[in-house]
Amino acid sequence: MRKFTEHTGVAMPLKQTNVDTDQIIPSKYLKRVTRTGFEDALFADLRHEDGFPLDDPQFSGASILVAGADFGTGSSREHAVWALMDHGFKVVISPRFADIFRGNCGKAGLLAARLGRAEVEDIWDALDENPGMQMTVTLASQSIQCGEKEYAFEIDSYVKWRLAEGLDDIDLTLQADTAITSYEVQRPAFLPQIEAS
Amino acid sequence: MGYTLAEKVWNSHIVRHEDGKPDLLYIDLHLVNEVTSPQAFEGLRLAGRSVRRPDLTIAMEDHNVPTIGIDKPIQDLTSRLQVQTLRENCAAYGIHLFNMGSKDQGIVHVVGPQLGLTQPGMTIVCGDSHTSTHGAFGALAFGIGTSEAEHVLATQTLPLQPFKTMAVNIEGSLASGVTAKDVILALIAQIGTGGGQGYVLEYRGDSIRNMSMEARMTVCNMSVEAGARAGLIAPDAKTIEYLKSKPHAPADEEWQAAAEYWLSLGSDFDAVYDAEVTLDASQITPFVTWGTNPAQAVAINGKVPNPEDFTEDRDRSAAQKSLAYMQLVPGTAMKDIPVDMVFLGSCTNGRIEDLRAAAAVLSGRRIKEGLQMLVVPGSMQVKAQAEEEGLDRIFVEAGAEWRFAGCSMCLGMNPDQVPAGKRCVSTSNRNFEGRQGRGSMTHLVSPPVAAATAVRGYISTPADLHLIK
Ligand code: SF4
Repeated sequence: MRKFTEHTGVAMPLKQTNVDTDQIIPSKYLKRVTRTGFEDALFADLRHEDGFPLDDPQFSGASILVAGADFGTGSSREHAVWALMDHGFKVVISPRFADIFRGNCGKAGLLAARLGRAEVEDIWDALDENPGMQMTVTLASQSIQCGEKEYAFEIDSYVKWRLAEGLDDIDLTLQADTAITSYEVQRPAFLPQIEAS
Repeated sequence: MGYTLAEKVWNSHIVRHEDGKPDLLYIDLHLVNEVTSPQAFEGLRLAGRSVRRPDLTIAMEDHNVPTIGIDKPIQDLTSRLQVQTLRENCAAYGIHLFNMGSKDQGIVHVVGPQLGLTQPGMTIVCGDSHTSTHGAFGALAFGIGTSEAEHVLATQTLPLQPFKTMAVNIEGSLASGVTAKDVILALIAQIGTGGGQGYVLEYRGDSIRNMSMEARMTVCNMSVEAGARAGLIAPDAKTIEYLKSKPHAPADEEWQAAAEYWLSLGSDFDAVYDAEVTLDASQITPFVTWGTNPAQAVAINGKVPNPEDFTEDRDRSAAQKSLAYMQLVPGTAMKDIPVDMVFLGSCTNGRIEDLRAAAAVLSGRRIKEGLQMLVVPGSMQVKAQAEEEGLDRIFVEAGAEWRFAGCSMCLGMNPDQVPAGKRCVSTSNRNFEGRQGRGSMTHLVSPPVAAATAVRGYISTPADLHLIK
């Protein structure tokens, strides 16, 4: 995982609440077996709708998504995160993320920043006035610089640490191998086991 | 201060606890499917890691398998590739795989319980959000993403932040004709799609205790539609009775100890929940969704709401958007909405009791001319059981299609899709835009309502069928 310290890029507003993972990436794109190459699948059904910002030249190269509340609800598909990342997004901002989606972001290295509803609307207004403007997101200070204004975002402290250090979760856990083994020894014998046939 | 059920399960699975860090939790059972696993195995392979406990892992072909012609190669090439990839990965890592069409294959959330792999007090994960289904047994079961799946494959553990607990009290008794599906739809309509966010829901109260294990699974299944990570129900005599004869249930000499342990898992009387909601069961009627998320639902005797009546701006605009997509006019009685297709199946309502309830309505009747009804059993075992009871004949004689097991039209990853502009009444759990096929319109209902709707051609309850011959 790449370290995240600070990112500056074009911000794209997505003025919708409840953008579920079926909208972020429709299920027909889940049939691939690779981990990358999902950029064409991002918002595949929505992007053809009038006024949808993704292919709007004003926001070309956007890397910061500013969405309404309850972003990423619905299915657990991590493809939603990969599609956002493959398309070039480094940061997603929303007043509220679905739990699983937020977890997936932390694993894959996409920064999911929580901001208040009013602050998100503030940023939308700023982007309306000044489409294509850049914002800067700094992880250490948990701040978003948008024009003259600065906003403080929330992020889980452990996820923050991992993103900042660029640490892979599995490596971290494998350091606890002895603890895992001693846990395994005392598991009740009646718990199910399934041998491969 | 005592502990809640969820806390007890959590505490008994902590491998490592360090202040300021997530707890490292042991995972008792990892369910794998063809859609969300290929990248997890790819990651494993790229890092040169192995599967720590293949014996605590099972793999299922369920999401994109066809439900007819399953003896032939899968037509859709990408689906075929995913299934093939799963087969190769399972062979390479020694994981038991349930092939499509085999005796115990089906939707993994239907199969786990019926094989007794789902037991109280366990931690169960799967790269699928409806893993919450297994919570009906008092297991802590939740959906994970692909990176987390890779983490579980490699370490059989997951680093997790503690969750909050919410007591959901369904007090009183349900009126006749009201099912578990209506209970959960009513709950989600009350607390919203974000209402359970950050919580594990524990369903309690008389109506939950009175429900069968299968009905409890229906309730827990849709916890995630309220935004919750998981939902669970304390084990009781019914749980133990259900598990008794299952293939993977504890052996005779261990049975007593296991059963005692399971019964000890219920929340302590002085346990404290972070939140609590109560529903009056006697007030719940059959429910149906009108919009494009499961919270956009009304009592079936109700009407399509008027967006202007919502006080919150965002609810109003969400309702407008949903109604435009659903091609519905405010004020229309739900029962006046004509329907093109009916889907009976999914991990929410594809179990034997669901099929029985629908068959009871369809028995001796025909579905409406021109309407297509798909009946997809949740597993091959459910299919065999239904055929033994003659339910398949009832469905076929009524004009419905009787299929092989799988997720099918719940998410339309196989050929079973709702065409654009067609309206489907479905017993599944998600009515998102395009969920059942691009441009499809979905109304979520219970199995008896699905069956009655198929007969009348309009959203209906079985009681409405006296309106037609
Ligand atoms: S039936 Fe539907 S909800 Fe259940 S596992 Fe399959 S796709 Fe997911």
